[in-house]
This record gives sequence, structure tokens and C-alpha cells, in this order.
Amino acid sequence: MSLAKPDAQDLSKKQKLAVGMGVIGLFILVLALFNLDLPNTSIFLTVSLLLISVGTILFANDAYLTKLKGIKNDGVWFKSISSRGSLGWITGIVLTSFYVVLYFYEGLLGAGVDGAANTGLIGLFDPLSQLLSGRPASQWFVYGTLYTIAILAFGYKFILKYRHNRYEQIRTISVMFFQLAFAFLIPEFMYVMNSDLPYYDLKNVWPLNYYNFEQYRINSFINGGTIGMVMLIFGIVSIFVITPILTFKFGKRWYCSWVCGCGGLAETAGDSFRHLSDKSQSAWKIERWVIHSVLVFVVLMTTAVIYTYLGYDPDKYWLTRDVFLFSVAGFLTLIFALVMIFKRNELGKDARYGAIGYFAIIIALIAIHLFSSKTKLFIFEAETLRTSYGFLIGAIFSGVIGTGFYPIFGNRVWCRFGCPMAAILGFQQRMFSRFRITTNGGQCISCGNCSTYCEMGIDVRAYAQKGENIVRSSCVGCGICSAVCPRGVLKLENDSMKGRINPTEVLLGNDVDLMDLVNQK
Amino acid sequence: MEHIVIIGNGISGVTLARHIRKLSDKKITIVSAETDYFFSRTALMYVYMGHMKFEHTQPYEDWFWRKNRIELVRGYVHHIDTDNKVLKINERDFLSYDKLVIATGSKPNKFGWPGQDLLGVQGLYSKQDLDALEKNAPNNDVCKRAVIVGGGLIGIELAEMLNSRHIPVTFLVRESSFWNGVLPQGESAMINRHIKNHHIDLRLSTNLKEIKSDDNGRVKSIIIEETGEEISCDVVGLTAGVSPNIDFIKSSNIETGRGVKVNRYLETNIPDVYAIGDCAEQHEAIENRRPIEAVWYTGRMMGETLAQTICGNRIQYKPGHWFNSAKFLDIEYQTYGWVFSEKSKQDHEQHFHWKHEDDTKCITVAYHKDTNEFLGINTFGIRMRHETFDTWLTEHRDIDYVMNHLIEANFDPEFYKHFEKDILSAYNNQLQTA
Ligand SMILES: Cc1cc2nc3c(=O)[nH]c(=O)nc-3n(C[C@H](O)[C@H](O)[C@H](O)COP(=O)(O)OP(=O)(O)OC[C@H]3O[C@@H](n4cnc5c(N)ncnc54)[C@H](O)[C@@H]3O)c2cc1C
Ligand code: SF4
Ligand code: SF4
Repeated sequence: MSLAKPDAQDLSKKQKLAVGMGVIGLFILVLALFNLDLPNTSIFLTVSLLLISVGTILFANDAYLTKLKGIKNDGVWFKSISSRGSLGWITGIVLTSFYVVLYFYEGLLGAGVDGAANTGLIGLFDPLSQLLSGRPASQWFVYGTLYTIAILAFGYKFILKYRHNRYEQIRTISVMFFQLAFAFLIPEFMYVMNSDLPYYDLKNVWPLNYYNFEQYRINSFINGGTIGMVMLIFGIVSIFVITPILTFKFGKRWYCSWVCGCGGLAETAGDSFRHLSDKSQSAWKIERWVIHSVLVFVVLMTTAVIYTYLGYDPDKYWLTRDVFLFSVAGFLTLIFALVMIFKRNELGKDARYGAIGYFAIIIALIAIHLFSSKTKLFIFEAETLRTSYGFLIGAIFSGVIGTGFYPIFGNRVWCRFGCPMAAILGFQQRMFSRFRITTNGGQCISCGNCSTYCEMGIDVRAYAQKGENIVRSSCVGCGICSAVCPRGVLKLENDSMKGRINPTEVLLGNDVDLMDLVNQK
Repeated sequence: MEHIVIIGNGISGVTLARHIRKLSDKKITIVSAETDYFFSRTALMYVYMGHMKFEHTQPYEDWFWRKNRIELVRGYVHHIDTDNKVLKINERDFLSYDKLVIATGSKPNKFGWPGQDLLGVQGLYSKQDLDALEKNAPNNDVCKRAVIVGGGLIGIELAEMLNSRHIPVTFLVRESSFWNGVLPQGESAMINRHIKNHHIDLRLSTNLKEIKSDDNGRVKSIIIEETGEEISCDVVGLTAGVSPNIDFIKSSNIETGRGVKVNRYLETNIPDVYAIGDCAEQHEAIENRRPIEAVWYTGRMMGETLAQTICGNRIQYKPGHWFNSAKFLDIEYQTYGWVFSEKSKQDHEQHFHWKHEDDTKCITVAYHKDTNEFLGINTFGIRMRHETFDTWLTEHRDIDYVMNHLIEANFDPEFYKHFEKDILSAYNNQLQTA
């Protein structure tokens, strides 16, 4: 733990005042949490949320509008909150405990059991929920509201921080919009229109919403009339058509740092922690194993879940178990074959890992086919698979570790190590996308700002100082490396596929013959 | 196995070692006094400003050196015995070599000012300087004011550093406008205003007379030559340029001038001894370049070149078109080709200058007044593409072509406002009135 070093990094009076407001706002929530009977919940809720938002806004105004436009990273590694100091650890622990309670002890938050009225924190949010959809709040409504406020308030702060950078501003407005509209408001309104439909955040694509094709959802889509069918079809089209096209054109950033809610929170509330990601080569190795294992897991889990319920009720679904299984296997084989034929060279050493993953899935699929009974997948219940995924990945990884540990491991731990959606998009970005980060000839001075501030732990400098473009599957296109580079070396762009990856050391400035020699292996 | 010994683990020495390893199996040892591992000197400022920790300035992880069989020795070389091919390190150790490369970089200039060695007076070059600054100027209680002497690239970095900790800075610049020995007037004037907007007390046409001491041998104040004004301060930063760090070589047979004298093959007068980077001085300047080039990328290129020679493919150091970059507080600067200041340009060089009304962006394009050939560009606050200008310079494009195709060279992030139209119409207007 490092203690804050230079005194000059202290907060100004106005900033202290703003922090005070935010803390009082949070304190009201804490009072509610401890079941203190607040008289008029709507007023207290409004006051609390306002204090939190206005506090953040005033803080941002004082921190950034009083200075000239430019990079605002002074003292980042001195401040306790952003350098794993005591404030950082405390924040991490509080956040983590909040997630544990949220996922596993919602009773503590005051959720009413068996139709009883909500109390405590959840009770405090009842008026807002009633207003939006006419039903009492749930712990997810509380979470969603706080999440949205965090993205909006810290999004505002981020926009001020980067007020010289239109890429950052527009991107942030985009994540703020998608969170507010798609994740928060539209699902509530859809419920008002048709309460049979399941909660559906339209921007959440499988496998991020790994539960999307479960039986209860499929049934309610099918029973939900035209809208339901449209939603189901949209869910499928998103995966197989929309996502690949957009990723081809713009790279995975269109999703990860423009649309996604997890990314949205990371980019706004998590912005102060982006430099804490681990840049070592060993972290990169772990990342690739973990994230691809999660991907294999989610593919198998979803296949297994669909496979089992197709069996329960063969008359209801036109798709039979075996047709389904074979189409999954066929589709994966097709992709595997295409990549191996056309992209073998680009994969290099990674080809082996790809092959391992592919064969693991195929063998598992064959095993499902051979050894499962009506309800069991060889020895497991498909449902057990699903709940353990939900527990391990959905709750522990994406919530508790992913967000709770922001101040310790950086803001994109989940996106980097755990998100199966990021794995798929990343794979496509690496293989088949026009996106890259172009390096500006020989201008790099190896200073390391880019690597330090890359939230995905990419050692950007390692490429830039060799004059090599950055084409990495994990890059979410946040654009911060380009923003913080003091020499104007990096540019995110969409261009033709040709010459995108230039693995030779093509530094400009040197005599051309020498470059030929240097590039000889 | 041939033993290559490199003195200095800066960008030039390390690039050389990496490329020799790529090309051969030779034994490589790097001796350096400053730090155990290579770090990026250009990033020192960001450590003091809290943007990075020191470890972030190290481009390679610690395992890299062993994996690539590059031996690192921490020590100061006192003497080179070229007859017996042996180095004397730290007074007591000896290291013999088959080939020796001197890559010892620079040291800050001191011009014999009275009081220049007092406590609290320092340059900004090495890791040790960074540590000293952390001690001398941790915050604005300990350091109530700092005075910086010398208006170059390092001076303005030091000003930005101190400013980030809210330490008041007085910035003494000998020239009548910031860095106007290099920058044309319009640009230099814009940077003057930018410095002042950051509340830095910029004093132009101002020289240091002496540095005064308190009773403990610490700096107490400075006196200005022109006015005799005394300014109290706790730190004085000397940033009036750098010169080659080669004092320890003077006792050997290796020929030196301001730097270690080398030919185009980077060879010194002694066989098997070479010099690269900041400390090397060409017998004759290459084209418009200076005989001593103290910039990052030339050190890197000399390292790449010499690796070829040492591995049996003797080639000349042949830098391509000049380029460079820097950052003045919030304003980024890039240059491609040659744009000289009014002070140093030749008659045939003509300028087109455009400045944005917000006073943070401008460009200057230099061209030949008779042939209209494009000679170079300075760009402030607008990023431009190295490759594009390199191609245009090689193709000897004229200024009309460049101005009409400027958008191809834009390297700003997506969605940034473009100024090519404004620039072009300003250019067309100017030509009509001219
Ligand atoms: C603050 C600062 C900012 C800069 N910013 C830029 C920039 O933005 N762009 C740019 O192009 N350039 C910049 N430069 C210049 C650039 O850093 C230098 O040109 C470059 O580092 C020189 O590299 P080098 O390998 O020649 O020498 P150095 O990096 O100086 O390395 C030489 C090493 O040799 C060691 N050494 C010296 N003598 C001995 C001895 N007798 N025994 C053992 N070891 C010895 C030294 O301690 C040192 O570690 C900057 C310089 C500074 C100080
Ligand atoms: S490489 Fe750059 S754009 Fe990509 S994630 Fe890292 S910082 Fe963001
Ligand atoms: S921030 Fe820019 S100059 Fe610094 S290492 Fe990265 S690319 Fe190079």
C-alpha cells in the first residue's frame, strides 16, 4: 500500500464539498439498508440520487473546467484511491461486499418474501419502480438504477476530462444512451406493454446474456405474440448477422466501448482505475487461457440447456435434439475450417490453442449425443451446468471480481479475462476486421503512457516502438492509448484488410536498404 | 565467441544489443552506471507528474535480458585501455572486450554560473536527477518557487512537471521568444502564450547572472543578468542543453571533439571501437543534420545500423528524411522535413503559416521559393502521418500538391474537426495577395 505522496494533490475546497454531497447521498442509502424507517421514501430517494449525481457533477466541473483542455493524469499514481492505497482497498472491499449481498443475500437489502412488501433499500426504490412500470422494486431494479446513475454521472465526468477529444466524448454519449434507454427504460416500458415478456435488454447479445435461450425465456417469447417472436429472432440475428457485420466494419469496439453496459461502467465509473491492469506477458497468457475456457464453457452450457429442453417437449419445437446438435457441430466445424484454411498464417502459434478449444467442444458434443438420457447430460443435469455457470461466471466473475475489484485489478478484469462475448468479438477482430491501431512511423519515444493506460493490459508500446500496427483480439478500442500518447503515434482506424498486420519492423526514418536488412528474419 | 561490450544502456546501446542478438550468437555485455535495466529517459517527466511509476518507463520486463542472453553489468567505466582492450569499472574490476561500443549519452550543460553546484541546483537528465527533484521539490511547501534556466525541450518539460505539483515556476529564456532558434516566429509566439496561460512566469530575453546560497550551501535565490532582480527560490533547474558524456574517454587514445568522433560507419579512430547515440559526433554533418544528434530515434537508428556492421555487413549510417516531435504542455508538435526558424533559414526557404483562432493549433509549411518544392512542415495541435510526408519528400512534391492533399496526411483521432479546408483557403488567399 502506498500512501498519498505529494500534498499538492489534495482536493480543493469545492471538490471536498462535492465529495461530501455524494457521501451524504450514499449515506441515505445506507440508512435505508439498515432498515431505518424513512418517512417519505420518494423524497428521500430523490434527494439521495440527486446528491450523488450533483456531487459527481460538481466534482468534475471543479476538477476539469478550471484547467486548460488536455490530458488530466497528474497525480494518478499518488492518489490513494487510484494507486491501490488504503482508499482503493476500502472501496474495493465495500463494492465487493455489495455484490455478494446483491447476488446471494438479497433479503438483507429488504426484498419482500412471498408477496410481502419490500422494506429497507429495495423498499426505498419502490416509488421509482411504481412510477416506471407499476410494480414494486426488486434488488435488480435497485442495482439497475444505481448502475445507470453511475454511468450517467461518471460519464459526464469522463466527457469533461476528455473535452479536447471528440472520439472519447461521442463514444461516452453512446454508452450513456444505451444504458439509459436500452438497459434501463425500454425493458420497464416493455413490461408495461406486455407483462408476459421476459426482461430483455436488447443490446445484450448471447453469450453475454447466457440465459437468453433458456426454456422459460423461449417459452415466453413464443407465448408473447408477435413482439415475443420478433425479440427471439432479433436475439438470433444479433449473434449471427448484426454482430459479425459491425465487428468487421468497426472492430469489437462498436460493442465493447460504445454499447455494452459492462463496458459502459468500466469506461465511466471505472475510468480512474484503468492503469491498474496487469501488463506482464504472464498476465496475457493467463488471460488467453481463462477467457477461452469461459467461451468453451458457455457454448457447451447453452447447447446442453437447449438440447435438454428440446427433448422434454418434442412436439412443441420443430427443432429436434439431433438436428440441433449437428447444426452446432457443423457450424463450428465450418468456422474452424475456414479459419485454418484462410487465416492459418495470421494465427501463428495461437492455431494450436484454437484447435484444442475446437476439439474439446466437438468431443463434448459427441459425448452429449452418445451418453445423455432424457434429462441428464451423461452425468450432470443440464440445469446444474447452467446454475454453476450463472454462479461462477455470471455472479462471481462479472460482478464480484469484475466490478468489486476495480480499484485493485483495474476496470476491465471481467472484459479481459471473463467475458465470452469479448472472446468471440475479439476472435473476429483478430481474424476478420478492418479495425486496427495504426502506428505513426518512427515517432514513438517508448515512453510507456499507452501501455500504462491500456485498460486491457495490452503492451501497446511493444508494438508502437517497432512501428508495428496493433491488431489484438482484446483491444476494446477505447482510444485512450491514442489520447495519452504525447507524440501522436497511435490512431484507431478502419481501413482495408490489406497490410493491416505488418509484423516487420518498418520504422521510417531509416535508409530504405537498412530497413530491408532489419526486416530480414 | 566474440565479446561485444557496450557502455551505456540507453536507447542506442540497447537497440544495438537487441539487433546483434537477432543477427548472431555473439557474447553481449552492457555496462551502465545509471540503472540496472533500460528505461525510457523521455518518460522521466511522467514519473514525477504521477502519470506513471518508474517501472512503467521500462520497455522490457526483467526476464527479457536473460532470455536474450544480454548480460547486464551495473558499474561506472573509468578508463578504456584500447591497447589491451580492457575496461576499468568501479576502480577495481576489469572487463575485456573484442569490440567496444560507446553509447554513453549526454549530460546537462553548465556554463560556469556562480553557484551552479549548490544544493537544490540540478539538471534533468538521469534517474538520479529525477530522484533529486523528488527530494528538492516534493510539493509547494518544501519548494515555494523554482527557477528554470534555459528554454529548450527539457526546460519546458521541467516547467510542466513542477506546475503539476502547483509549484510556482519562473522560466528564464535567453532568446527573445521561446525556442525561436528552431521554431519560426508564429509558432514560437503561440507557445509563449500557451506557457503563460499555464501560469508559468515566462521571462524572455533573460539571462541568469548568479545563484545565491543560504548558510547551509542551499540555493536561496537567483539574480537576473539584465535587471539585477533577485528571485527567491528553493530549486534551480539547469536545462540549457546537453553535451556528450565523454569525460572518462579523454584519458584514452580515442579521438574526441565535443563528442566521440566517428565516421559514417560509426567507427572511431581506434579499430574495434565504435560510438553511437547522443555521444557520437560525425566528422561532417549529414545533410542538414547536426554533427551530434541528441534525439531518441537517431540513437535507435545508429544502434540498428551498427548491429549490421558488427555482424559482418559493414554499412553506413544513412538517416532518411528528418522528423521529430515534442509536446509543449498541452500542445503536441511534430515536424517532417526541414522548417528553419527566421534566424537560421536560408534565402530560398519560404514559409506558409496558418494558425487556428483558438491559439492552440498551427502549421508552418516550408517550400523553395524558386522551385516551389515542399521542404518540410511543422504542425502544432494537429497530428500528421509520418509515412505520407516521408513519401512526399522522397517524391519531391511541390507545395501546391501538399496543400491540396493535406487531408491524406491527417492523423488525428476519428471525429476530430478537420482544418484542411481552412488551411487551403488561407493558402490560396495568401498566394493571391503575394
Ligand atoms: C528529460 C528528457 C526528455 C527527452 N525527450 C525527448 C523526446 O521527446 N524526443 C527525443 O527524440 N529525444 C528526447 N530526449 C533525448 C533522448 O532521451 C536522448 O537522445 C537519448 O536518450 C540518448 O540515448 P543514448 O542511448 O545515446 O544515451 P543515454 O540514454 O544517455 O544512455 C547512456 C547511458 O550510459 C551511462 N553512462 C555514461 N557514461 C558511463 C560510464 N562511464 N560508465 C557506465 N555508464 C555510463 C549513462 O548513465 C546512461 O545510462 C530527452 C532527453 C531528456 C533528458
Ligand atoms: S490498445 Fe488502446 S484502444 Fe485498445 S484497449 Fe488498449 S488503450 Fe484501448
Ligand atoms: S505513448 Fe506514444 S510515444 Fe509513448 S510509448 Fe506509447 S506510442 Fe510510444
